[in-house]
Amino acid sequence: MLRELFRFHGGVKPATNKSASTTSPIAKAPIPARLVVPLHQSLGSPAIALVEPGQRVLKGERIGAAGGRLSAAIHAPTSGVVRAVEPALVPHASGLREPAVIIESDGEDRWAEPEHINYRITPPDEVRDFVRDAGVVGLGGAVFPTHQKMRPGSGGKTRTLVLNGAECEPFITCDDMLMRERADGIVSGAAILRHMLQAEEVLIGIEDNKPEAIAAMRQAVAAAGEHMEVVAVPTRYPAGGAKQLIRVLTGIEVPHGERSTDYGVQCFNVGTAYSVHEALELGRPLVSRIVTVAGNVERPGNYEVLIGTPMDELVRLCGPRADTRFLVMGGPMMGVRMPAFDVPVVKATNCVLAADDKLFPPAPPEQPCIRCTECAKACPVELQPFELYWFSRSKNFGKAQEYHLFDCIECGCCAYVCPSHIPLVDYYRFSKGEIWAREREKAAADQARERFEFRNFRQEREKAEKAAKLAAKAAETRAKLAEAGTAEAPAAAEAPAAEDPKKALIAAALARAKAQKAEIQPQNTDNLSPQTQAEIADIETRRKALEAAAVPASTAPAPQAADAADLPDEPRP
Amino acid sequence: MIHSPYVRKAVSVQRTMGLVLLALIPGIVAHALLIGPGVLVNLAISTITAVGAEALMLHLRKRPVAIAVGDLSAVVTAWLVTLCFPPIVPWWLTVCGALVAIVAVKHLYGGLGQNPFNPAMIAYCSMIVAFPALMSQWPPAGQLSFDTQLALILGGARDIDGITGATALDALRTGLRSGTQTVDAVLQGSAFGALGGRGWEWISVGYVAGGLFLLAKRIITWHMPLAFIGVLAGISTLFWLLDPGRFASPLFHLASGGAMLAAFFIVTDPVSGATTPRGKLLFAGGIALIAWLIRNFGAYPEGIAFGVLLMNMCVPLLDMKTQPPVFGHHKDAKGGGK
Repeated sequence: MLRELFRFHGGVKPATNKSASTTSPIAKAPIPARLVVPLHQSLGSPAIALVEPGQRVLKGERIGAAGGRLSAAIHAPTSGVVRAVEPALVPHASGLREPAVIIESDGEDRWAEPEHINYRITPPDEVRDFVRDAGVVGLGGAVFPTHQKMRPGSGGKTRTLVLNGAECEPFITCDDMLMRERADGIVSGAAILRHMLQAEEVLIGIEDNKPEAIAAMRQAVAAAGEHMEVVAVPTRYPAGGAKQLIRVLTGIEVPHGERSTDYGVQCFNVGTAYSVHEALELGRPLVSRIVTVAGNVERPGNYEVLIGTPMDELVRLCGPRADTRFLVMGGPMMGVRMPAFDVPVVKATNCVLAADDKLFPPAPPEQPCIRCTECAKACPVELQPFELYWFSRSKNFGKAQEYHLFDCIECGCCAYVCPSHIPLVDYYRFSKGEIWAREREKAAADQARERFEFRNFRQEREKAEKAAKLAAKAAETRAKLAEAGTAEAPAAAEAPAAEDPKKALIAAALARAKAQKAEIQPQNTDNLSPQTQAEIADIETRRKALEAAAVPASTAPAPQAADAADLPDEPRP
Repeated sequence: MIHSPYVRKAVSVQRTMGLVLLALIPGIVAHALLIGPGVLVNLAISTITAVGAEALMLHLRKRPVAIAVGDLSAVVTAWLVTLCFPPIVPWWLTVCGALVAIVAVKHLYGGLGQNPFNPAMIAYCSMIVAFPALMSQWPPAGQLSFDTQLALILGGARDIDGITGATALDALRTGLRSGTQTVDAVLQGSAFGALGGRGWEWISVGYVAGGLFLLAKRIITWHMPLAFIGVLAGISTLFWLLDPGRFASPLFHLASGGAMLAAFFIVTDPVSGATTPRGKLLFAGGIALIAWLIRNFGAYPEGIAFGVLLMNMCVPLLDMKTQPPVFGHHKDAKGGGK
């Protein structure tokens, strides 16, 4: 049966450079002496460490629990001893350190007792939790926690389950080799996913430049007696983008910010399907993955690599050439330049490229945009990239958003075809970063303003309360005084001091303040040894004697004035 | 390179401009053979002026000179200026045209990629307004020797009313304005060949060949040439059918004046033109409409240049109002596969 395929707009056809790494089968990379397993290996929240330094762990033992709904567990990739749980350099362009579990392997590679469940009879929620705890995430590069995608769309059904074996980025062949060698496992994983999604049809999309993989997958589907269709799709970058592949296979366009399940489609990478198979059929969590090593190396190839293996140890297996300048994780179109050579392989690592000046030449000087619209012709999202470029350059971020900046998938097609050599994607990353920063700032400012307004309100309220309280107290005192006044009226009628109740109030306040001051003054001598305290007491008596002697000489009102000046202010709110 | 993509297609502004120059060569060769080699002299004068002005302006603007001069954009501008000028204009007129295009239109607006107007068309319009007589002396095919042409270009006596004829468009206009002649009668005159102006029609064919080359090389898209030719042909056919005595045939309009040069090389200037597919159609169609109106009812025999400038002004609006829908926002996107 020939399926009608659909087109997505634009796309480019860079040199694929795939043949060199597919000549030999997938090899097992040796167990490194030291593994660095970052806690944050999925989209969403990082995992929460479950181990302590010094603890012995077995291969496949959970060392980090999922840290929230959008998160996945992490596991010890081999048996050994946890040396530390500390920030380490992770494969991110920023070069920032993130918490990681550092394991010293014992070389035995001893598995922990596998956990099993039967997904056919277990409630779906428990199966999803099991997949989460097996650490399965999208292995195409986005590392979206897989369990969150293993639920049917509206109506408890999914029309189409798409398996993504397109692998459109140049150099990368890990999915190709996995399909060639482990097609049975992928088909088994696809069957599990189909069950979980209640999918009506399964389409396995593979770019037509991988005839061996297509044949192997067709054979595996037939051998398993499954109703799944292996579809060869035209080779055109970025056909392997989930939304692009869904478009090609089903004609459905899933808009930015919406989930494909709402359109009856769900898409998984073939490597992810294989991991689902390993987790649910073999009880093995995700502790290793297939990684392509290519670029400036003598013997490009594919390796099954333990998560946490330093990239330089992996690249060393392929004979890196001396002029390698840096490593790239991923392909040349969307890959990320590594901050160092010894960053660990993580679940997102589909490819490690050794880069030199010949393979990835330094950018030619940026020239002015001539509005040739080559970028618009190449954009798979049908954006007007040069408009976004102008808006980004002029920091007109509102306009950039109006022109759908956030629909950009950063595939790099526009920069690839630009005759003026403008690093267009960098401009979009800059704009997105600025917009996010501004939104954060705005949120912070809004919060600060709300706090300030509430503080003003609270102060007003407290002032009012205090005034009311004081008024009540004054009224009370006045009443008391009046009472006393009427009682002593005949005797004190001529006494000038008692005449004004206000003066009495002031006098009382002064007395209180004086008492308070006396109470507070000696505080700095409180915590001293008895001996010193005795000495101080001695000094105090001497000083008092001197003061007493001096008083007659000075005018009497002076200390009173000082006291009045010392009156404590109304406590400031 | 620090960020992805780390690889690039082997393209450059220089390559784009080089291909445009290459595509102009058939038309230039036909021009030199049929009308005379004077055009080559003017091409040399305008190229030297434009490149010199480009380098000077870049230097004054404190921009890297070598890279920007090397992109060949100034040469393209110079050639287009020359090709829309009569081939026997005095040298200083060519110099003025090239200077206006490079200094005023291009660099005063910010250099390559920044000019809202087509440099060659501003040069043409400003010179035809300033020197209408000199800008109207189009020699007929094969009547002026190289020596005469050279003498005229280098500032010889310009008593040439006897030797230069009116262009086809001019002759038609004058003939029709006299009120006594019909189109057919005018077209019997010596200025006319099988299709348009005698000799000039084959230069147009040369431009078409170059244009098709650019289309094949995907330097230009089909939108603008098709919309320009389509609208010009459509509206002239309509009026020609209504009154063939007063309106010339579509073939005449397409083969005369600068129609083919404009369709493939002027209208398609990426910098000053519309960028969206629908915007390109409206832009080029608008130019054709204005050009036809001016040819038939305006004060000038040729109206393409004014059409281009008027439509240049509309480009920001056209682009804004014709933004194509993005992925996932097409009307039929959701149920595409159903």
